[in-house]
Amino acid sequence: MIDYLGRRLIQSLLILLGVSLITFALLYLLPADPVRQIAGRSATPQTVENIRQQLGLDQPFVVQYWHYLTKLVSGDLGRSYIQRSEVTELIVSRLPASLLLMVGAILCELLIGLSMGLIAAVKRGTATDQTLMVASFVGVSAPQFVVGLLLLYVFAVRLSWFPIGGYGTWRHLVLPSLTMGILGAGWYARMMRSSMIDVLRQDYVRTARAKGLARSAIIFRHALPNAILPVIAMIGIDIGIFMGGIVVVESVFGWPGIGQLAWQAIQRVDIPIIMGVTLVSAFAIVLGNLLADVIAPFIDPRIKLR
Amino acid sequence: MKKFLASTVAASVLALMLGMASVRAEDAVDPNAKQGGAIIVTYKDDVATLDPAIGYDWQNWSMIKSLFDGLMDYEPGTTNLKPDLAESYEIAPDGKTFTFKLRHGVKFHNGREMTADDVKYSLDRVTNPKTQSPGAGFFGSIKGYDDVAAGKAEGLSGVTVVDPYTVKFELTRPDATFLHVMAINFAHVVPKEEVEKYGADFGRHPVGTGAFKLTEWTLGQRLVFERNPDYWHKGLPHLDKITFEIGQEPIVALLRLQKGEVDVLGDVIPPAKFQEVMADPEQKARVVEGGQLQTGYVTMNTTMAPFDNVKVRQAVNMAINKARVVQIINNRAVPANQPLPPSMPGYNKDYKGYPYDVAKAKALLAEAGHPDGFETQLFAMNTDPNPRIAQAIQQDLAAIGIKASIQSLAQANVIAAGGDKAGAPMIWSGGMAWIADFPDPSNFYGPILGCAGAVPGGWNWSWYCNKDLDAKAAEADSVVDPAKAGERYKMWSAIYDKVMEDAPWAPIFNEQRFTLKSARMGGADNLYVDPVHIPINYDNVYVKDVQ
Repeated sequence: MIDYLGRRLIQSLLILLGVSLITFALLYLLPADPVRQIAGRSATPQTVENIRQQLGLDQPFVVQYWHYLTKLVSGDLGRSYIQRSEVTELIVSRLPASLLLMVGAILCELLIGLSMGLIAAVKRGTATDQTLMVASFVGVSAPQFVVGLLLLYVFAVRLSWFPIGGYGTWRHLVLPSLTMGILGAGWYARMMRSSMIDVLRQDYVRTARAKGLARSAIIFRHALPNAILPVIAMIGIDIGIFMGGIVVVESVFGWPGIGQLAWQAIQRVDIPIIMGVTLVSAFAIVLGNLLADVIAPFIDPRIKLR
Repeated sequence: MKKFLASTVAASVLALMLGMASVRAEDAVDPNAKQGGAIIVTYKDDVATLDPAIGYDWQNWSMIKSLFDGLMDYEPGTTNLKPDLAESYEIAPDGKTFTFKLRHGVKFHNGREMTADDVKYSLDRVTNPKTQSPGAGFFGSIKGYDDVAAGKAEGLSGVTVVDPYTVKFELTRPDATFLHVMAINFAHVVPKEEVEKYGADFGRHPVGTGAFKLTEWTLGQRLVFERNPDYWHKGLPHLDKITFEIGQEPIVALLRLQKGEVDVLGDVIPPAKFQEVMADPEQKARVVEGGQLQTGYVTMNTTMAPFDNVKVRQAVNMAINKARVVQIINNRAVPANQPLPPSMPGYNKDYKGYPYDVAKAKALLAEAGHPDGFETQLFAMNTDPNPRIAQAIQQDLAAIGIKASIQSLAQANVIAAGGDKAGAPMIWSGGMAWIADFPDPSNFYGPILGCAGAVPGGWNWSWYCNKDLDAKAAEADSVVDPAKAGERYKMWSAIYDKVMEDAPWAPIFNEQRFTLKSARMGGADNLYVDPVHIPINYDNVYVKDVQ
């Protein structure tokens, strides 16, 4: 176990290093010049050169990357080119909102996805099953931007059940979580359905049925706990999908998380913020996968860590 | 030294030249305005910084003007200069020395009195390369600027503190735009002790002399401005509090305004909803329309064949159906025929421009040796409505045989292509188009049409460089006497007429700005589409439902 953890940690570090190198290189190769974004349109060539020098952007790639890495090791992500604030501060101030949204989204997708999958499996082959599966398909394919605006229009503007965007109370959290959750719910419904069908075919379920147990007892006490385990283990892997989704969903709902920060930074070629958000996201994904793998044997003893 | 005019007189004369009545700053308060109340304004993008030396965004431009003041400002809702922190000013006859007398008793938000030392400090700071100010270049005419920019001197030798209430500027050349330069955000006055206290974070802890103070800034969520009770301009501001809610998608902000949760849309009415809003008489009545100091244009790279031939450029000017392009954006613009927008002094009302004439355009193209047209590329920014506009232009060009493929790219990439001599044959400027920094005709020339901008990384994307016109521009800007402003504007009109003869651009339209406000908002309409306090003049608007 310790061996395994050590190996995985080193792997994770290498992945993060790779991510930082690739992102840094891509941003370096970008035809857009960040110095001109900072210097503005009235700047003289000398002002542009001065700024380039001060930011060290006149240095060769290797030197720039090395400087970035050495600062990174001490936890310094640099200062935003446009906002001039510490990137760490900007990310830390926005991270709680994104994490909250992620928790809300996971709850939504589990609640919706698992119940849909469960019902579909139990009613397998019926019209209910087919309707649910079509619905899950729509959920998976619907663009989040559209889903978000639709939910806003119906539940916030028309029905006034929830506020129109913003951040602060649990009521603000519902619609963005739902928007993000609907995508995942589609996947979970499908996974849950097949996992449940699989379990319902097992001998011990047949035995339970032969004993004359009530149908609800078979489903909820015997089948569900076994069917749900492999599905739950997927959450860690989901984080990557969330990181992509928050950029859109945060923008629609005015949710002050790192997705919005990233989007605005990309538009302004604010390299330190782009680097910072990418690394934090990569870290979250790596951590999520690692946790999923480490926890898996505890919930499903058939899995062994090697 | 003989001084020929004293300030308030000069301002009045200048105002008269602009055809507007002169109003003294103290008198400019709306007598119907009610005091008090709080409003909510929304913006999509984050406020990057509130440091006047650095901020250069749509969202923060007017916020900074409400937190800080400069020596000069404009009468609310207009382009008429007036003294602000300066009480009066004098211009030497040679146009190279400006002396400002400061108001007494103006206090920073920290309680200290503002003096001439602060003015000098602020200008030394903004021009110092370490500040990395995007506006440093505006101060190029001040003596000693080159040394400061090159890092050879710490302060501008041309700025002298005569006494605590007098500051003198010496310029290297007569500069008719200098009073405007003293009004832009980059010249706003900051207190040294606060800048040193917060260092690079001053932009998050702004301390100025302005009408409002920043009392809360929750990153990515909201900023709260509260009235500065010690504001030197008695009777202003009218509002007690403004809350800026950030990160609001324009369409969501519109829905909230329609429900009464928001008072003013900081961003434009979303294009997709524009017709719906305008079709509803109740909402339409709350829409404020105003001209912007903006021109959208197509640049043609004059150093690249076949655009090195003036006939080809003229043909392009005649081939584009500007009225149709304006329709594409729901008539939120007026067709343009010259670089200057209509609300800019120096705009030539008598100039007719190139007519939309496909047959003549084809003939010109044939004369230029391209009877069958040619293939080229049209660069455009990739956000709506720019690709649609580019497509309309593409179709118009196809009608005379020019096959332009559209390169739809992110803003920064289009800017990069334009700044590269061999980068882009044609660029549609939308989304990056020139919005004036100050209301003076010279502002549309230097960086975007003059030789100085036709350098790698510059903004003169047509690479048009006419040394003769550069000399004429310098000559026009040396006419400093405010009494001769009309003459000077005529000189500028002539310069732009000549530019149009050479046709490095095809001017397409001048955008109109449409702002939607709630029913409780009061104040003259032009405060909501202020040409200088962009987008809204926060100091002068008020709410009707107080008292």
